Amino acid sequence: MKKLAYWIMVLALLTVSLAACGATAEPTMAPEPTMAPEATQAPEATTAEQPMGEEVTMVIGFTTSQTGKYNVSSLRQVNGLMLWMNEVNDAGGITLSDGTVVKFDYKTYDDESTTERVQELYTRLATEDNADFLISPYSSGLTSAAALIAQQYGKIMITTGAASDSTYMEGYTLVFQAYTPASRYLTGAVDLLANTDSSVKQLAFVYENDKFSTDVVNAAKTYAEGEGYEVVLFEGYDSETQDFGPFINKILDSGAQAILGGGHFQDGSTFARQIYEKEVGINYFALLVAPPEPDFADLGDAAVGVIGPSQWEPLAEFTPESAQAAGMDWFGVLGSEFVSAYEDAYDEEPSYHSMGGYAAGQILQKAIMDADSTDPDAVKAAMEAMDMLTAYGHIKFDTSAEAHGLQIGHSMVYVQWQTDDAGNLTKQVVWPLEGKTADVLYPKP
Amino acid sequence: MIVPSLMDGLLLGFVYGIAAMGLSLIWGVMDVINLAHGPIIALGMFGIYLGFTGLGLNPYLTLLLVAAGGLLLGVLIYWMAVQRVINAPHLSTLLATFAVNMIIIGIATAVFTTSPRNVDFSLGSFFLGPVTIPWTRLLAALASVLVTGLLYLFLYRTRPGKAIRAVSDNRAAAELMGIPTSWILALAFGLGTMFAAISGGLIATFFPFTILAGGSYELKSFVICVLGGLGNPLGALIGGLLLGALEGIIPAFMETSWVPVLEFVLFVLILLVRPQGLLGSKT
Repeated sequence: MKKLAYWIMVLALLTVSLAACGATAEPTMAPEPTMAPEATQAPEATTAEQPMGEEVTMVIGFTTSQTGKYNVSSLRQVNGLMLWMNEVNDAGGITLSDGTVVKFDYKTYDDESTTERVQELYTRLATEDNADFLISPYSSGLTSAAALIAQQYGKIMITTGAASDSTYMEGYTLVFQAYTPASRYLTGAVDLLANTDSSVKQLAFVYENDKFSTDVVNAAKTYAEGEGYEVVLFEGYDSETQDFGPFINKILDSGAQAILGGGHFQDGSTFARQIYEKEVGINYFALLVAPPEPDFADLGDAAVGVIGPSQWEPLAEFTPESAQAAGMDWFGVLGSEFVSAYEDAYDEEPSYHSMGGYAAGQILQKAIMDADSTDPDAVKAAMEAMDMLTAYGHIKFDTSAEAHGLQIGHSMVYVQWQTDDAGNLTKQVVWPLEGKTADVLYPKP
Repeated sequence: MIVPSLMDGLLLGFVYGIAAMGLSLIWGVMDVINLAHGPIIALGMFGIYLGFTGLGLNPYLTLLLVAAGGLLLGVLIYWMAVQRVINAPHLSTLLATFAVNMIIIGIATAVFTTSPRNVDFSLGSFFLGPVTIPWTRLLAALASVLVTGLLYLFLYRTRPGKAIRAVSDNRAAAELMGIPTSWILALAFGLGTMFAAISGGLIATFFPFTILAGGSYELKSFVICVLGGLGNPLGALIGGLLLGALEGIIPAFMETSWVPVLEFVLFVLILLVRPQGLLGSKT
């Protein structure tokens, strides 16, 4: 027993050291995000001859996952938001009818991709830093923690990079979602499979055991079973999983003909790499989050044929004409203009996370313009009435008590990595059919 | 499914065994539990990463540099943190290595952050019946066997190796025989950290990692050391294979999330039923 007690002490010390790695400390100020250059297109907010009025600066508070597993997507999200902010400020801000000129500033910290830091930092943003509006961190898990703080302290929060439906079932009235909800994330992948090969009937769902991914696959499983599919494997993996060998063996043993699931960028990329290394003969492979990221191409041949749902793609083009045809207001720049400005600013292709950050800024801007005020109650009412089309897509919020703030206008597109005639990896839109840029590559090589 | 799962588990088990061997060697020779074992494994991972991405070196060639670096780091840690408390109660050496653990993690986090890293190095796979084996996993297993063999040659065929065994058996008597025990203990500590760094380097060739990734392998190393026999390097290798096999087989029958639960149930059972381990201590 003495030996057992000794070992318990050793394990306790180990646990303390592991926990200490996540111990709270003074908030780390995120380094200055890369600033966008002079805007090439003025936003619609200002006109040439506005009387000079009082200038007010609205502080937007948010956290950035500068470190930790969400850093790739989070940094792109923040880049998009910063691009929007600099475009608005450089164009002279938003001029209200009373002559007030509204400009924006920001306050951000590194949330280290952890919920504990998000809770601490959003409380700080809302109380000590007196942020006027909040933008969510990246990911549903972190956003769920931040949303509670926003509601508690009466701050309007626009969420982006956060698709989980459940956040909007909590009775919050100040949280508004930019992303298509998780419940509609993978249903299109099931539709694409049905359209591609109707003989496939057995699916495997292997997914990250986190809030967002679980919400997505639960909804997709229900949808797939309703469409006549048999789910032969439905298993989650820990967020820190590095070895997908056991899951791959289970998939092979289950007889599944298609795999859907994944979680976020790091685990999704690792899963795709190990599927490729094991030469798993699966014809259809759809993953969350990772495939639409330009960095997914770093996998090389392992990326070919992998499908992923995307909130937005550079190839998608919404226009003022399509808004008019749909009976909606058009707002902001064209998608091609956003892509051009983003590439000029950051020397990289924007992902949908980048556009999500930009769209969050646009939502706030349009709401202030529609409200003709920065008063939170007026801005909230403007958001509830919003029904617009942007380069990102349709924006409209659920205003029911059951799902207040849930995004009900926006839809997903599905991309797949394919090689062109020159052997280069390119990302193509393969679903919906009316928006596709290439036929789906099937079976997966 | 059993055969592929078992094969996957065994290949990984070789690398677990090397990691545990480092911990077991230090423990067996000087009765010190090195709580800095985990971050040193992670440093081995980063060594391969920096060599591959920064210098364009083949990871297996970089492994030689990582091994040398691990040895030197271990000698340095011994002289700076362990040597002064080597004759103190166990708690002192535990706390000393714990402090080193926190220092390494702190510095490395500041330098590398906690963002995941990948060594995008692939050699493809080959088929062995129903099993698909990535070449990186097989090479890691072969490297582990080679390193184990070299360790045994060192311990049984060289003067420093025999000196280590002598100090392990009876430090006072070894001192009386003219063996410079402090230097030998430093060498033993360095060998232990070298093995930790090598295991980290091998893991980096097929898994992503962060600076905190060594923690989970450190926990496995403890389980393996108890399983195989405290201070018994061969026991560590066999314990690693056993643990790897369990990790491969268990998911075939239940959800993968049960693996760590069963690993630690085994840990407690071994402590209670056969505390000297399967092969006994200090052969």
